[in-house]
Amino acid sequence: MANKTYLLEVVTPERVVVTEDVEFTSAPGIEGSLGILADHAPMLTALTIGMLEYEAPGGKKEKLTVTGGFMEVSGDKVTILANAAEKTVEIDITRAEAARRRAQERIEIAPSSNEDLDLARAELALKRAILRLEAAKDKRFDAE
Amino acid sequence: MSGMRDIKRRIRSIKNTQQITKAMKMVAAAKLRRAQDKVSQARPYANRIQGVLSRLVEAAQDANHPLLETREVKHIGYVVITADRGLCGGYNANVIRKVNGQVKGRDDISLICIGRKGRDFFRRTGQKIEQDYVGLGEDISYGTAKEIAGDIMKIYEEGVFDEVHLVFNEFVSALTQRPTSMQLLPIPAEKSEDKGQQVQDSKTDPAPLYEFEPGMEAVLNELLPKYVENQIYRALLEAKASEQGARMTAMGSATDNAKEMIDKLTLSYNRARQAAITKEISEVVGGAAALG
Repeated sequence: MANKTYLLEVVTPERVVVTEDVEFTSAPGIEGSLGILADHAPMLTALTIGMLEYEAPGGKKEKLTVTGGFMEVSGDKVTILANAAEKTVEIDITRAEAARRRAQERIEIAPSSNEDLDLARAELALKRAILRLEAAKDKRFDAE
Repeated sequence: MSGMRDIKRRIRSIKNTQQITKAMKMVAAAKLRRAQDKVSQARPYANRIQGVLSRLVEAAQDANHPLLETREVKHIGYVVITADRGLCGGYNANVIRKVNGQVKGRDDISLICIGRKGRDFFRRTGQKIEQDYVGLGEDISYGTAKEIAGDIMKIYEEGVFDEVHLVFNEFVSALTQRPTSMQLLPIPAEKSEDKGQQVQDSKTDPAPLYEFEPGMEAVLNELLPKYVENQIYRALLEAKASEQGARMTAMGSATDNAKEMIDKLTLSYNRARQAAITKEISEVVGGAAALG
């Protein structure tokens, strides 16, 4: 069954990550995951830290990590303005691991320093690191 | 004879200078290429976010957000982006002149200086500097831009400024940099140039009626700071590329000038040498004649 396709663009401030015709996208909306097929009603939503998945014609699936941003759905086009986005193969595992450790340390010492802001930031950093690590692990299982 | 030695010494010193300018030109060319890549990679995001923003503002006419709202203008801030270093032709001077023309003698304007050259100049003229950032380095990361934008928005929301302008060198080509001034805050709701971009960006949709999730206000809260960050980021990248372009051009012409000077000096060196030889010969001949 050939589904209708639409153009998906994932851009970050630093580069364009994806420009591809896809059939289906699943994005980590701030109020829960969102599935987008062609001819979706126009909408604008904030994204949270999570996995973005899309399916190109022919059943090709691809996963990306997204660390917050926006998604604009309008007409025949979906634009994702991500703060940062990586394909799973691009993830730097050692860097993510280091970031995870750093964030954890900061969370442990945060209550004593009594800085709410730092704690919140460290928690977000931890979330991002965990997401990247999991995504990278997924990729290795896929390869096997 | 001493004339000859002097000329020789000058030639040597100009040759040294030429080597330096040549090296600087080549370094600038390499850095320019990198900076240009970064600018072009950042452009899609900038265009998209601009498009989204203008469609959003259109759809949300009654939106009020501190970053959108115009206030009575009592204090104006100028964000001035210059280089940390000189030797790049008129690059710093152009921006500084543009700002100085508007700012001079007004005490309701204060500055946020990014780059050492601008900061030093305005410190000398005694203009009030609210905040400065120097030594950002060659590689501008989004994080840096985010930090600066965060500071600016904080100052703005505290009411230190009622309007913030951004002045920087826009990168046109390696040979041309255009000093540009644009309003950063409050975010201008309607700009003719954005319209052009928007039409280009999303061909025909007539401002679709969006569904917002989790709600218009929340989306604005997220989007507007992102937009400001991106403006700063783009300006920093453009300024960096312009700086390298300007430096490359300036050092290129310095190298050419050095070559010209060396040619001229070599000519007069040879002339002096010839004159000395002629003089010696005529002395020898004169001496021989006297003997004979």
